[in-house]
Amino acid sequence: MNAPFKPNTMTLDELPVGQCALIASIDWDSLDHGEACRLKHFGFDDGIAVEPLHLGPFGRDPLAVRVGRMIVAIRRTQARAVRVTPAR
Amino acid sequence: MNPLPLVAVAGSPNAGKSALFNALTGARQKVANYPGVTVERKSGRLILGDGRPVELVDLPGAYSLDPASPDEAVTRDVLLGRQKGERQPDALLIVLDASNLDNHLRFALQLIELGLPTIIALNMVDLATRDGLELDSRKLERDLGVRVIETVAVRRRGISDLNQALDDVLDGPVRRPMPDIPSDLIQLQRRARTIATAAVVRETPVRRWTHRLDSLLLHPVAGFLILLTVMFLMMQAVFGVSETPVAWLESGLAVLGDAASSNLPDGLFRSLIVDGVIGGVGAVVVFLPPILVLFLFILLLEGSGYMVRAAFLMDKLMHGVGLSGRSFIPLLSSFACAVPGIMATRTIDDPKDRLTTILIAPLMTCSARIPVYTLVIGAFIPNRTIAPFVGLQGLVMFGLFVGGIVGAWMAALVIRRGVLRGGGGGFMMELPKYQWPAFKDVAIGLFQRAAIFLKRAGTIILGTTIVLWALASVPQAGPGEKQSEVSIAGKIADGIEVVVRPIGFNHEIALALLPAMAAREVAVSAIATVYSIDSTDEEAAATSLEDRLKHSWPLPTALAFLAWFVFAPQCISTIAVTRRETNGWKWPLFMVTYLFALAYLAAGATYWLSVAAGL
Repeated sequence: MNAPFKPNTMTLDELPVGQCALIASIDWDSLDHGEACRLKHFGFDDGIAVEPLHLGPFGRDPLAVRVGRMIVAIRRTQARAVRVTPAR
Repeated sequence: MNPLPLVAVAGSPNAGKSALFNALTGARQKVANYPGVTVERKSGRLILGDGRPVELVDLPGAYSLDPASPDEAVTRDVLLGRQKGERQPDALLIVLDASNLDNHLRFALQLIELGLPTIIALNMVDLATRDGLELDSRKLERDLGVRVIETVAVRRRGISDLNQALDDVLDGPVRRPMPDIPSDLIQLQRRARTIATAAVVRETPVRRWTHRLDSLLLHPVAGFLILLTVMFLMMQAVFGVSETPVAWLESGLAVLGDAASSNLPDGLFRSLIVDGVIGGVGAVVVFLPPILVLFLFILLLEGSGYMVRAAFLMDKLMHGVGLSGRSFIPLLSSFACAVPGIMATRTIDDPKDRLTTILIAPLMTCSARIPVYTLVIGAFIPNRTIAPFVGLQGLVMFGLFVGGIVGAWMAALVIRRGVLRGGGGGFMMELPKYQWPAFKDVAIGLFQRAAIFLKRAGTIILGTTIVLWALASVPQAGPGEKQSEVSIAGKIADGIEVVVRPIGFNHEIALALLPAMAAREVAVSAIATVYSIDSTDEEAAATSLEDRLKHSWPLPTALAFLAWFVFAPQCISTIAVTRRETNGWKWPLFMVTYLFALAYLAAGATYWLSVAAGL
């Protein structure tokens, strides 16, 4: 299941590389406990700036994402739980 | 006797915690496991300014007290005084990455709340400055209510200040706890971010080195080619660079063996020293140089930050068989030797991913199989070119490598759908900043891993060689009898023969299988012994052994023998290290059973198919 829909938003895996965005909402319930815990550890939270930087060579998976001051790798399935508002 | 005060060094991954620990304690560290889990406990001694010794323990890196991996669970349990085999720390040294304060402060806040005497090392301030970030550590100190000391662990900056601060805090007054720290991770993170932002004096955005390097190293095409090149160089180094020292060690041992032979009276004791002890030590040290080179590469890859990038590039491929990118380096290392490969699985967070990786690691073609393959291929496969630059012998060798990889791939699929179903932590890793690995940290790591290898594998190989020597030497053969037949080993081989006869193995192979448990390559010398080829000239011995095999083994038997060695877990050290790394006999027994079953099926199928094909 994807994060709840809000206007002008998309999921993090749809965000083009190099496009900055703010996290609009995170669908914590679609993640298992370990995954949710790690995303929180990485600092994922509403209103935080994210930017996809690189994609894996096979099937554009996983994603390297800048979140706050960190760069983290997550898989597409996890990125799908994060809804973002692209910055203009 | 009162135990020394215990100071725990805690921090998030990539805070430079180990470098700081090394700078404080030096090379004299004790490495062990926490009881009941395969999480490493590293401790060392620090002499404070007033001459008082304290024990420092390096806790596994953790993002918070809410664990998402077994390592983090140990860190939490030690800090809360719940970990078996560890007393609760008397003081905490929290290590923070100065350029990632908003994230690392979250764990720090949880630690400060514990109320223990606490110091913060604001580490890698030089890199933060390079990135255009200026921090006010006094402001941070006021906001957190604990001492904050700026450090650059790799340059020993701030180390003596830390030492002094530890001295003060151990004697100091009880700290008043920080008011209302939220327990929810998200609320905690928001608080951490507020404090971190308040501590920033100035921030000038600069294009960061890491980003530029990643554009190249994580590029879908260029990055992947670079990864293949790095891996190719690593394998070349493992097999190439270490050849010379291996030759020196071998000739040194030969001199020792000759000296023992000529100075000891002929008999059982001389045989024990020459064939058992010197032979066993030889089997161990011959493995050491390539394994040290392998460990060195792994440490450099880890220390530079490239290891995580390699995992990133390989993740999708590994995901196909239910693993993650983190399994890639351990499996690649297993092409040199499964023992360091299995030891390297500790970097895999998810227990099921880790266990699956351990179980399939022995299927990677390790260096000990190569002498066996070379001998049998040389004897039975004609040296013919079948296409430009493609020799038949090389092709068969390549086929055996691929056979192992395909076997591992299928085994992983079956294991992940069967005994280790479900779970799978996915792939969530921090990509740390690139760094030059510090010489001291690499040297300490190399020394520790070599010591563990010698302790675990070395003693096992040596012990096994001596036991096998005893089995092969007792009782002694009378006149007209062959030692290899009358010994206990010979009797065991008679039993093995009954089992392996249906897959085309003969009496001589049955005799070689038991000693090959010490290490696969021992099969070659064992077969030579069975055929009574005693030549001091190695090359001549190999040639005459090839001749001998060509005339006494049918081709299907030889092919079945090759197929057997692709799968068979003929290596006591691998079994021992698996027991160590899985904390019990269940998984090594499972591994041995499934691999022997695969070997038996593969050898049998090869034998009967080649017989049917009229080979």
